Amino acid sequence: MNFDPRFSGRQFASVGTRPIRPDGVDKVTGRARYGADFNMAGQLVGRVLRSPHAHAVIKKIDTSKAEKLAGVKAVITAKDLPDLTDGDAAMYDILDNCMARKKALYDGHAVAAVAAIDARIAREALKLIEVEYEVLPHVTDVDEAAHHHAPLINDQIFTEGLEEKPAKPSNVTKRTQFGHGDVHAGFAKADFIVERSFKTEQTHQGYIEPHACVASVNPDGTADLWVCTQGHFVYRQHCAQLLGLEASKLRVTSSEIGGGFGGKTHVWAEPVALALSRKAGRPVKLVMTRDEVFRASGPTSATSIDVKIGASKDGTITAAEATLRYSCGPYAGSWAEIGAMTAFACYKLENVKTVGYEVLVNRPKTAAYRAPSAPMAAFAVESAVDELAHELGMDAVDFRIKNAAQEGTRASYGPVYGPIGIGPTLEAVKHHPHMKAPLKANQGRGMACGFWFNFGGQTCTDLNIGMDGSVSLAVGTVDVGGSRASLSLVAAEELGIDYSHVKAIVADTSSLGYNDMTDGSRGTFSSSMATISAARNAIKILKDRAAQMWDIPVDDVVWEKGHAIAKGEKYGNLSPLSLKDIAAKSGTTGGPIAGHSELVADGAGVSFATHICDIEVDPETGATRVIRYTVVQDAGKAVHPTYVEGQYQGGAAQGIGWALNEEYIYGKDGRLQNAGFLDYRIPVCSDLPMIDTQILEIPNPNHPYGVRGVGETSIVPPLAAIANAVSNAVGVRMTHIPMSPPRILAALDAEREG
Amino acid sequence: MRYIRPLSIEDAVGELAKAVGPAAILAGGSDLLVRMKGGFIEPELIVDIKRIGGLSDVTETADGFRIGAAVPCAVLGENKALKQAWPGVVEAANLIGSKQVQGRCTITGNLCNASPAADSVPALVAAAAKAVVAGPSGKRTIAVETVPTGPGRTSLAKGEIIEAILLDKRPEHAGDAYLRFIPRTEMDIAVVSAGVNLTLDDKGAIKTARVALGAAAPTVLLVEEAGQVLVGSKLDEATLERLAKICSGACRPIDDKRGTIEFRRKVAGVLAQRAAAIAYKRAGGK
Repeated sequence: MNFDPRFSGRQFASVGTRPIRPDGVDKVTGRARYGADFNMAGQLVGRVLRSPHAHAVIKKIDTSKAEKLAGVKAVITAKDLPDLTDGDAAMYDILDNCMARKKALYDGHAVAAVAAIDARIAREALKLIEVEYEVLPHVTDVDEAAHHHAPLINDQIFTEGLEEKPAKPSNVTKRTQFGHGDVHAGFAKADFIVERSFKTEQTHQGYIEPHACVASVNPDGTADLWVCTQGHFVYRQHCAQLLGLEASKLRVTSSEIGGGFGGKTHVWAEPVALALSRKAGRPVKLVMTRDEVFRASGPTSATSIDVKIGASKDGTITAAEATLRYSCGPYAGSWAEIGAMTAFACYKLENVKTVGYEVLVNRPKTAAYRAPSAPMAAFAVESAVDELAHELGMDAVDFRIKNAAQEGTRASYGPVYGPIGIGPTLEAVKHHPHMKAPLKANQGRGMACGFWFNFGGQTCTDLNIGMDGSVSLAVGTVDVGGSRASLSLVAAEELGIDYSHVKAIVADTSSLGYNDMTDGSRGTFSSSMATISAARNAIKILKDRAAQMWDIPVDDVVWEKGHAIAKGEKYGNLSPLSLKDIAAKSGTTGGPIAGHSELVADGAGVSFATHICDIEVDPETGATRVIRYTVVQDAGKAVHPTYVEGQYQGGAAQGIGWALNEEYIYGKDGRLQNAGFLDYRIPVCSDLPMIDTQILEIPNPNHPYGVRGVGETSIVPPLAAIANAVSNAVGVRMTHIPMSPPRILAALDAEREG
Repeated sequence: MRYIRPLSIEDAVGELAKAVGPAAILAGGSDLLVRMKGGFIEPELIVDIKRIGGLSDVTETADGFRIGAAVPCAVLGENKALKQAWPGVVEAANLIGSKQVQGRCTITGNLCNASPAADSVPALVAAAAKAVVAGPSGKRTIAVETVPTGPGRTSLAKGEIIEAILLDKRPEHAGDAYLRFIPRTEMDIAVVSAGVNLTLDDKGAIKTARVALGAAAPTVLLVEEAGQVLVGSKLDEATLERLAKICSGACRPIDDKRGTIEFRRKVAGVLAQRAAAIAYKRAGGK
């Protein structure tokens, strides 16, 4: 493989256009098959029994009555999922999360499951399972959990990353630190210092499609799983390991996906469905209810963050420091670590230090949520940056431009940046008409920046050319945001043919080599790279076949605009051969024509965005309304601009919900109070303004077309942009997300009462 | 589970009266089906009242309006005469759920679900609406505020069904309004709400007034003192301030997932002021 991934600065014919997505018609007519739309003859209904306690020892589970109920075909507990993780702590946690082994660690933790011939019997069977619990003290708040008096969730955990190994176990699983320079010396040089503490509540990704799968385990050790996932290859690995299957014998097919946003990177119900199918000897369909989705899947961390930033009179930041505490649910994670890495990534800093603490709580296992951990860190940092600009008497945009990272800057988390987009997004915002639009009474404007790493990863792609000259593209990255359209554009571009002749599909795990999942904004970045590579391999064969058809040396054949051309005056009388001409003759020139690619897509370019938000606050009720919202983000190269804009708008919409109303609310009993869309308040359509977008294209030098991932960065700035807007509207600094009406009204009343 | 669809109110009452296990009345089903799907209730008998004669009609009588128990809220929004007479009641009914839900849900169901946060109930209470109750021992007419007795509980006896809601004919210079607070713009449940119903004298001063608050206590509250403070005024600032104070003081709210005690108290007063202003304007006040 001699694939050269470097950016080449070519002119584009297909890339950058906006054709209709191939999956669109099926989705708007209801034909698209989502996770719950697969069915098999003889399939059973699976349902899960969940702990009503936030923290309890499981003393005994008696399933005998449920097993005797007519129509029940299998009942399982943790005993049916023996520990095969062989010392792999992360896999053990996944196993324990799928089915509690010794203790129920949160309200909603699975403790048993049944498979029955219909949903009514399955529900009835759950009621017949007798679980004896010994209820333990629980803790759900991140700060309380970090306190040394808090109930211990796992007495085998001793904080990692401290200089000395602690003598006592703790809910704090790990301490991490990033930065460079000397923050003490930096703060000593500062003329102005802002120091504040912030909190953000836990949110769910809020995908509209609940987790759903059909599992079928055969007596010969083979198995099939149809599932809604962001990464069917990863699901295969995890399920195979947890169930003791050979990976190659478990075939996983991904369905259409009704949203994932990181929450479908993790197995929850799938190993349970497989275990039920194995025990029952029949296929089992398991679909989570919305209540289960909220109580037992997903959420992101709740956080508590302290920030301190100092600047000299001329507006140069002299030092920046943050301490970040992130909840992980009841299992160790690296969420605060990511927050600590991203916190100051937008800035060029001489002295910077961030410390992250991972904290166990009796809540569901934290999962990735779109640029996981970055929005909360950005909320704290960008709020403090805004306040510091006010104190300096500087414009908030100019202050950020003065301190923005640039090519050659050493990032606060270690690496040195190549060409990046933070400066250009800020300049674009500075000159955007939104910044000059007049504001009315009780309205405020805020802006904020955001950063995300982006990821590349393992990718495998097949490109097959039919005898009619059409192209089928099989990729292994699940299409969560329009990537089949984007990848078809890339194949059309590279081959020099029309988009309408390319059909992209997401292949199952038995049809392609391993692919990492669609996370880290990698889908289009990595699979477009693999598609370009596969197309170039196919072009080599196309040229070879043309050379055969002409009977000339292959070195004299070039590929231009979808045609083989015989190079040189001596071939003046040879008309170019189109891809279609060559494909039509493939049966007699050596058989089918295909291009394959397997690669690790390195060099995912980092991504930056700057958002502007206008908000109106009702001072008598604390109600808020987003009046206007603008996203400016670097895409490297927008392959399909409509879907890039969709990603920008989607991230902003989720950020607006998080900033204003979404939160997990726990009662004193440790039970989730709002496990449904009625009281877990994601924005409805009429809550949002049209979200304006501006795409910047600062090419990623490590991708042939300059592409960067675009899916996640757009959720990073909104919390801070909206908090800054609210603060500017009402003159009170908001430090607790979500800024729900009761919180805003309480803050206003506190201010009014002095 | 048994599902029946009687054609007369007597049959429906008879079936409910002799039911042994838990029984439920089905009109739009926008509360019942959700509760059944969620596994919160498992009725053994469901009595669908939509085929009972007259229950799906809105009729204008010499005394006012009679709204059958099975009339969907969306139908109220399409009734011009009702909308003109009782705009506050109609707008409250058309705030429930989504457009699709409004095509199913009924104000009688909203009343009998007995949620303190029910949107149409404060407007009905302010409007001094009455409920016609059919039961094993005949029919009786009661004030709507006497129906809910606590969250999810009503004063209806076994076998009783509300067959209609009655609204009075409007005099000259009358207006009503309903406002609720939700953090979103729609598809939500009131955190706190206020309904105000006013009539004015010829000089534009308030002659009669009724003020009701929702989600401020275990049942919808009729705040008589708030009505009294409005009488005789033209909604000057001092009166509005007293109104807010009385309403805030009358609240007996709780802290829950939807709001805090302090928030509900304060916003109850604000909404009462704003609803009074709208009702006053609708009544022709200046």
